[in-house]
Amino acid sequence: MSEEEHPAGGPAVTQTGQDDTRRFRVFRYKRGDGGERFDEFEVPVGPHTTVLDALRWIKQHKDPSLALRFSCLHASCGTCGVQVDGREELGCVCSVQDQGAEITVEPLANLPILTDLVVEMNGFFARFPHEHPIIRSSGIPAEGGNGQVHLEGGHEVMLDLPGPVPLHHHPLHHQHRAAPPAVDFVRLEDCIECGLCLSACPVAATSHEYVGPAALAAAERLLEEPRGVNREDVLAWAGRPEGVWRCHVGLECTRACPAEAIPAERIMALRRELTFGGPDDQEGER
Amino acid sequence: MSAIDEIPGTAEREQHGPIHHKGPGPAESGWLDPRGRGHGGRALALHRITGLVIVAYLYLHLGVLSMLLIGSSAWSSFLSLVTAKSFLALEVVLIAAVLFHGLNGIRVAFVGSGIAVTRERGLFWAGTAIGTAAVIFAALHILGALS
Repeated sequence: MSEEEHPAGGPAVTQTGQDDTRRFRVFRYKRGDGGERFDEFEVPVGPHTTVLDALRWIKQHKDPSLALRFSCLHASCGTCGVQVDGREELGCVCSVQDQGAEITVEPLANLPILTDLVVEMNGFFARFPHEHPIIRSSGIPAEGGNGQVHLEGGHEVMLDLPGPVPLHHHPLHHQHRAAPPAVDFVRLEDCIECGLCLSACPVAATSHEYVGPAALAAAERLLEEPRGVNREDVLAWAGRPEGVWRCHVGLECTRACPAEAIPAERIMALRRELTFGGPDDQEGER
Repeated sequence: MSAIDEIPGTAEREQHGPIHHKGPGPAESGWLDPRGRGHGGRALALHRITGLVIVAYLYLHLGVLSMLLIGSSAWSSFLSLVTAKSFLALEVVLIAAVLFHGLNGIRVAFVGSGIAVTRERGLFWAGTAIGTAAVIFAALHILGALS
């Protein structure tokens, strides 16, 4: 890390210059603590301090038990998603100067909380259509197989992929965490799988069956570039009651998306495809 | 039993915490939280609220009509109540709710079927303008300014 820490605990910035402070109300939840609460911290900030900078400052100087998730620090990995004053943001690119004097930070909504600001993302990824090539996780190798599995209806299903896969030798890796190399690695362009759209979605707030914007956008992306996937299967998956028809056109997903993956527009494109059918020249070509 | 089940604390680690929702109150009210919402999210919330208002009015209307079964005196005394200006103002609120629900419903139908996705913001503001003008006209008319 290139972060330059100020002596005596401030400011929470990589740039020089401590301008003022902000009061952070940070959501806290620890298993066994008996409930949720908000802790308040006064955080010195500079002109370019981000919310993630401030949270890391709190963790380093005020409360080491604060749990948060981050990785790349430049809005690429999608791991530092939180709610800032109720609005979904990637903490690493959310400037505190754009917020008020008091900033409330909460975990993403509509996903189970593991601890503090860290949510369980399995439920997010399990929503994706099983045909989507990126949604594959490592797993227990079958006898003579290579151990690739993917999620199908929330359950891991073994894939039959060619080639040997090296496995780590730790027993836990053998049991549950084998990490074969990614094959056929294709992602939904632009989507960074951060989960902000699912958190922002007002329909997901009231229906856990709804598969959500990211998964439906991934399905629409499959229609654009099927790569061998059966288009009818994808449309049937998207057209289920918990699919595109559960969307109530709040459009908050597109607004929350930090990568401009336009999930709402993709959901509407799926609806149009299901309602009116695609152009003839798209059949078998896309 | 697999090896991982034998590690102390595994069961506790596999237990997830509560699902966080927007806003105060029960989880089902998460869609009501206005913080950080755009016009689409707020329109959705208002659409649901106005829908509930219209349904409530329907049952109220049926209840009021049932007063006719009681007799003309009950109906006449009720009419004197509902023709008061304070009560007529509630009709303006009802008209506003019906107009918003209907106009936003048209917008949602067009956008939701993939026909006018890129024009949804224009549809929203066009509906708002039409609805506002209609509510102002209705308010002036009902409250007697035009009569």
